[in-house]
Amino acid sequence: MAHDSQAAALPPLRQVTEDFAADKQAFSVPWGKAMMWIFLLSDTFIFTCFLTSYMNVRLSTLATWPNPSQVFSLNIGGQDIPLILIAIMTFVLITSSGTMALAVNYGYRRNRRYTVLLMVATAALGATFVSMQAFEWTKLIMEGVRPWSNPWGAPQFGSAFFMITGFHGLHVSAGVIYLLTVARRVHTGFYEKRGSYETVEIAGLYWHFVDLVWVFIFAFFYLW
Amino acid sequence: MAYVAIADRDAPIHDPHTFFLKYIWSQDHKVIAIQYAIVAISVGLVALVLSGLMRLQLGFPGTFHFIEPQDYYQFITMHGMIMVIYLLTALFLGGFGNYLIPLMCGARDMVFPYMNMLSFWVYLLAVLVLMASFFVPGGPTGAGWTLYPPQAITQGTPGAGLGIILMLISLGIFIVAFTMGGLNYVTTVLQARCRGMTLMRMPLSVWGIFMATILGLLAFPALLVSAVMMTLDSTLGTSFFMPAVMSLGEKLGHNGGSPLLFQHLFWFFGHPEVYIVALPAFGIVSDLLSTHARKNIFGYRMMVWAIIAIGGLSFVVWAHHMYVSGMNPYFGFFFATTTLIIAIPTAIKVYNWVLTLWKGDIHLTVPMMFAIGFIFTFIHGGLTGLFLGNVTVDLPLSDTYFVVAHFHMVMGVSPILVVFGAIYHWFPKITGRMWNQKLGMVHFWMTFLGTYAIYLPMHYLGILGVPRRYYALGNTDFIPDSVHSINAAITISALIVAAAQLVFLFNMIMSLRKGEKAPPNPWRATTLEWQTPDTPPKHGNWGPKLPVVHRWAYDYSVPGAKEDFIPQNEPVDPKLGAGRDHGTHR
Repeated sequence: MAHDSQAAALPPLRQVTEDFAADKQAFSVPWGKAMMWIFLLSDTFIFTCFLTSYMNVRLSTLATWPNPSQVFSLNIGGQDIPLILIAIMTFVLITSSGTMALAVNYGYRRNRRYTVLLMVATAALGATFVSMQAFEWTKLIMEGVRPWSNPWGAPQFGSAFFMITGFHGLHVSAGVIYLLTVARRVHTGFYEKRGSYETVEIAGLYWHFVDLVWVFIFAFFYLW
Repeated sequence: MAYVAIADRDAPIHDPHTFFLKYIWSQDHKVIAIQYAIVAISVGLVALVLSGLMRLQLGFPGTFHFIEPQDYYQFITMHGMIMVIYLLTALFLGGFGNYLIPLMCGARDMVFPYMNMLSFWVYLLAVLVLMASFFVPGGPTGAGWTLYPPQAITQGTPGAGLGIILMLISLGIFIVAFTMGGLNYVTTVLQARCRGMTLMRMPLSVWGIFMATILGLLAFPALLVSAVMMTLDSTLGTSFFMPAVMSLGEKLGHNGGSPLLFQHLFWFFGHPEVYIVALPAFGIVSDLLSTHARKNIFGYRMMVWAIIAIGGLSFVVWAHHMYVSGMNPYFGFFFATTTLIIAIPTAIKVYNWVLTLWKGDIHLTVPMMFAIGFIFTFIHGGLTGLFLGNVTVDLPLSDTYFVVAHFHMVMGVSPILVVFGAIYHWFPKITGRMWNQKLGMVHFWMTFLGTYAIYLPMHYLGILGVPRRYYALGNTDFIPDSVHSINAAITISALIVAAAQLVFLFNMIMSLRKGEKAPPNPWRATTLEWQTPDTPPKHGNWGPKLPVVHRWAYDYSVPGAKEDFIPQNEPVDPKLGAGRDHGTHR
């Protein structure tokens, strides 16, 4: 065809842009999924700004930074175990990513029962995570940590901790509500009627993102 | 690439029937666009009045006793924030973005209309919260639109209590609104174009709005984060941005925070924000020039790449706003270099606009006047940008009226001229009525010459070293008497320009009521929004069948064609060939 020979004559980079630009859709994914990806990109910038700001205040403050392995330790059976609670929380959240992935898989197999079960399990694990976080907040508050001060050193420790884990906790809580709403619609057969379970996958994208963000918070806040 | 069936939702849209669902709680992108525009212009008028009050104080200090120093700072702050965010960002993206994207891309609506509707209502809430700050004890914040801590939240700054908190909350709400709308705009452009509308056939208006929205989605997070942190500093007494401060002889409870961190976050948002306002203007003005010069846009491909390049570069220049804040000198070198590199794609665009006019069949309609006016003011503001982008030249000019003149020329006047041009251009499609051209010309000349009368002298004031943000200059040695007469002249010009906007409003209202009925395509333009079956377009835009696009958006004065324009949805005539089509049709 005429325009094929014309297209073949284009320089390689130009050919790449032509191919990308040439269709009705830039990405061959449903609208909702494309939108979720763009939203997550935007949300990435939010968490990046939070974490960069945290690193900045940690480096610029003159007071000493509390030692995370002492602060985040639990006394179990008369022994201080550092980071044990946070290890369990991280394990719970990563596990929930696994159940979510399975839910997406069962959704595409049109297995409504398992999809609902796995999504509810994911939401339950998410709720467990938030509850454990609430426990940790309570423990730290009892020990005298406040957003404006703490007994061990730089006041920015408490400020950054409550702000960043709080913001992430809000994301997890919103995700739990989101997952339950979608699970309900799976249960009532809404997606079955529409013939597509893409929404389960879109919810999954959000959930995996929230987990991924946690990995970074974990690394920068608890391990540094 | 095969079309994905699920996204091809060309099912009939259920038309709303009640007045409430049609015009208030509406999911139609056109109604949402008008709602956005009305709120943005109304709040912009508030900001215009504030600037008039500021000018009264500056031009005739001591005459207007009701303007106290703290009022003046509150006027400055609210004027700046409203104009940049609540007027220009909202009008270009929420207004023009909403109206033009689906129509120009050949879509029936945005991809998620319900979310689009929520975007407007949340925006309205943000505006109401902002306006509420005028009525709280202490009044709105007077921290300057950059809201730098520590002064923004320490006692002594006007509105350091409730005013600043309402400002931060309002910004947070605005960002939520913008995100809901912005996700829609980007997804619609990427995923919901009609058949044949390749990315490289899109009108440049859509390209500009699209890129600006991406910038917004990536830049507003920094503002959100800094707003959250400053709110915590102000309410809970945290010390993110607050170092140990002695205020009025007392040590405040803060300790060890970093005010520079705020400046970095703010300008990481603030610089892309300049282009969030400028890129839609670049795009729209390209379409206006091409249409009214009856000539294809010069260098379409380069125009697109320049928009993309400017968007990318705008994220690595932010610290040029902070040359005097204190940085490692190597940072200054880096940021000056990236800043000056931006001049390259920008200059490409300016050359291409001028070359589009070259040998064109120029129709001096009102929209065209505003578009040509934009080229003048933009070149002007762009050139002073080169001064301020260089560290050594910036240092003496920093915080003088030179800066005020520069940013008003480049991101105040220039985008506003495009806004006016665009309103005059698309008004016939939006309302089905024509404007009164004579009054439009009066409005143009008063605004265009008036802005020069205001801002040209300000450059001179800046070179003299007259500092900005001063309530009154008093008897300072380095400020000669002529400064005071210039200030009085600027104030008079500003009041005349403000009055000219009443001509615009009057003209708009009269045309709406008594204007001549508009033909479907009064400017004989090629783009899809002029080819709708109804004027104004009905809900769903296209009647029963979606348009199919066969060519790029700029087939003007094609040799041998019947008319001097060929609409994008007209099939290719084998005798004429495909013309200068830049998109591969699959």
